[in-house]
Amino acid sequence: MSKTHVTTTINGDAVEYLCEVDQSLLDVLRDTLELTGTKEGCATGDCGACSVSLDGRLVCSCLVLGVEAEGKQIETIEGVANGTELHPIQQKFLENAALQCGICTPGFIVATKALLEKNPDPTEEEARYYLAGNLCRCTGYDKIIRAVLDAAAEMRGAA
Amino acid sequence: MSTNKDYKWIGTRPIRPDGADKVTGRAAFGADKNLPGMLHAKILRSPFAHAKILSIDTSAAESASGVLAVMTSADMPDLASEMGEAGESAVDFRDLSHNILASGKVLYHGHAVAAVAATSAKLALAALKLIKVEYEELPVVLEIEDAMADDAPILHEDQFTPGGSKDKPSNVAAKMKLPRGDIDKGFAEADIIIEREFTTPTVHQGYIEPHAVTASMSASGHADIWCCTQGTFVVRAMTAKVLGMDVGKIKVTPSEIGGGFGAKTTVYLEPIAVKLSEKTGRPVKMVMDREEVLRATGPTSASVIKIKLGATNDGKLIAAQGSLKYGAGAFKGSPMAPGCMCVFASYEIPNFLIRGFDVVLNKPKVAAYRAPGAPMAAFAMESLMNEMATKLNLDPIEFRLKNAVKEGSVAAYGPKFPVIGFVETLEAAKAHPHYSAPLGKNQGRGVGTGFWFNIGMQSSATINVNESGSVTVITGSADIGGSRASMALFVAEELDISYDLITPLVSNTEEAGYCDVTGGSRTTFATGMAVVKASKNLVANMRKRAAKTWGIDIDDVTWEDGAAIAPAAADKQPLTMAQIATSAAKTGGPLTASASLTAQGAGAGFGVHICDVEVDPETGKTDVIRYTAIQDAGKAIHPSYVEGQYQGGAVQGIGWALNEEYVYNDKGVLQNFGFLDYRMPVANDLPMIDTVIVEVPNPSHPYGVRGVGETPIVPPLAAVAEAVNNAAGVRICHLPISPPRLLAEIDAK
Ligand code: FES
Ligand code: FES
Repeated sequence: MSKTHVTTTINGDAVEYLCEVDQSLLDVLRDTLELTGTKEGCATGDCGACSVSLDGRLVCSCLVLGVEAEGKQIETIEGVANGTELHPIQQKFLENAALQCGICTPGFIVATKALLEKNPDPTEEEARYYLAGNLCRCTGYDKIIRAVLDAAAEMRGAA
Repeated sequence: MSTNKDYKWIGTRPIRPDGADKVTGRAAFGADKNLPGMLHAKILRSPFAHAKILSIDTSAAESASGVLAVMTSADMPDLASEMGEAGESAVDFRDLSHNILASGKVLYHGHAVAAVAATSAKLALAALKLIKVEYEELPVVLEIEDAMADDAPILHEDQFTPGGSKDKPSNVAAKMKLPRGDIDKGFAEADIIIEREFTTPTVHQGYIEPHAVTASMSASGHADIWCCTQGTFVVRAMTAKVLGMDVGKIKVTPSEIGGGFGAKTTVYLEPIAVKLSEKTGRPVKMVMDREEVLRATGPTSASVIKIKLGATNDGKLIAAQGSLKYGAGAFKGSPMAPGCMCVFASYEIPNFLIRGFDVVLNKPKVAAYRAPGAPMAAFAMESLMNEMATKLNLDPIEFRLKNAVKEGSVAAYGPKFPVIGFVETLEAAKAHPHYSAPLGKNQGRGVGTGFWFNIGMQSSATINVNESGSVTVITGSADIGGSRASMALFVAEELDISYDLITPLVSNTEEAGYCDVTGGSRTTFATGMAVVKASKNLVANMRKRAAKTWGIDIDDVTWEDGAAIAPAAADKQPLTMAQIATSAAKTGGPLTASASLTAQGAGAGFGVHICDVEVDPETGKTDVIRYTAIQDAGKAIHPSYVEGQYQGGAVQGIGWALNEEYVYNDKGVLQNFGFLDYRMPVANDLPMIDTVIVEVPNPSHPYGVRGVGETPIVPPLAAVAEAVNNAAGVRICHLPISPPRLLAEIDAK
């Protein structure tokens, strides 16, 4: 099968790749571009491990086709920190011990960033509902939610 | 033993050493390993839950585009039945082999039958369709009691119940009996007797990371395996056995592991990947999808547990009887034995009889899941303890305190308890404000307690000192939830140097000394012990170096503040670790220390959970509205990760109680094979999970550590069920307490 040529922007870099028409954006990121920070937990849109931002919208990259990225702006976990300087959300996840195994963490951080861009001052309940699409089996969510609220407070203070 | 001492590092909450890589996406998990020229392999799985394999024709697949190799069980040696210690529990290597690739029969829907390696995953999947398998369908048995019936379809013609008929094969693979005293006399003396039967469904560990492996076989016959596992040495031992290789020819390198909860202590893919790599001379990568994980890997047992409990009017337990049946899945080896050992372990009961049954049926072979066997047993026992407390008109915690095991009590499973913290944990629960907080309409509160032995087993550790005085700590224990931080804290405390100077590594089977699996809540305890011992060896070595430098006796040198000092010799300036390291060449060469041990004296862990729920009487939906987990940690090395274990275990238990279950059709086909329908708790299902860390030090550990990872999943099942009972007035004996089930119970009231 011949592949489709796609031109897109990932974490600010102009990127071109060839992909099969039925290949998911998740597979393109992980297998073609070796951006393996984005994780696969289900490939059916049910776990959020593959969360990325597509033109500012939070999506499950396992439900987006690689060809759909044409001309779009994609942001993945690899683009959240500023060089070696962690984003406040990343820092707060560490300080709050909001990860155990860490497989869900990239997805949670990308989703939290999307949440706080929309709603810089979420209540606990709003944070829980916004992040309901991200599964974590290790933490019971307590420390994740605390990290999210802590990061929100820090970012409001910094703004 | 150093207790009640102020530590500089132990008990603090520094950022974990591997944290930055995990929040930035740099950390490499199982599926993140790629090698040049790598092939992708996929597995053909059985469409039937029970069938004879009459023939397998792989010829069309072999000649398909992009395919380089196909394998079936015929490519693996025919093993005789042989029990071996692997992981936390014993395994029969023949069963292991037949689970990896079916031989002669398929025993569950999704059982692996053949594997294809191709240049892409897509081509491998396409080739699977070209494999022709001829099956003869057999009757399916899914329920424990059906499988125990005389006329049940038999899974293994060569399996006989020990002590049972030698001619008639049986699905009951093992039985167990634990007696004490005289139960007839005990029940005769009881004022109140309650007897009930409880059932729990098959549930999955639900780790978010599917199983993944990349393997590469060299021309010299050395296999390299990269995989996500709780135990690299177990992967090595099992792969060697199943493929007839020597362990010395296999190197297993652990990736980061995206959750395991016990289930990543066995192998499914690794031997297949190695064999396909051998056949093709190319690296082979295999990654399961979620459906494969749910259909064919480690769920934990469904159970049918009947308990009869007798107490006297003054609130003392006098007799207990338990029948515990656990479904093992397709091959023997359910957690029946630990279930039986745990069921009455928390209480002093003068007369009891426990019987256990390990039953095979047409579901995937179960794998360990956090305190294997204990949550089901505790669901039954703790539910009855709550009911008995109500009948006796006693506060449920008070009732437990009257019967709780303490130091010197003889555990139901044999040994005498050393120092344990059950009473302290119960007292802490009773004193917690949650326990006496008011409740609203349709709300109820329940408590449940949990016990887990915790284990020791073998561990090794090596510490290398860099020339700057910073150190690397190497162990072979997979870090599944922050154990690198614990190892670094032990070293910081022992060497009295900054946590930031320590790099803890989890290394491969050729570079790290032997470590048993990260499971049984043993890593911080046992590998921690090895790290402490290695640290002490290192300090002794550095004192020797200082003594040599100063020309004085080693006994005149002590270690303080990360430096050697000579208290009696005022002219000797302290020699810092950095100074000793820099001049190591002159004092005897590089500074390194190792230790290995079989850890004894794992301290039992007890937990008490308090759960508040609100039940919607119109829909039967239950919401957990407040939850507190209280547990004895012995000593919390990094309290945040101890709390995390309590919270994570509690929420897995809440999921087990309220929602999770494998739903099969009558053909044995799993109906809910994705996260949408296998519904694990999500963030908006839950409140914050409060925690209280009780610390009753374990006298066998240098810092008093008890394992903490498993106990937290034990109490929630009964705590949630009792809360529902108090909210809705219905006693639930069958999990999960899903809305339709609860609604039916409410309507039947
Ligand atoms: S991998 Fe995309 S939602 Fe799970
Ligand atoms: S930390 Fe393991 S799944 Fe979230």
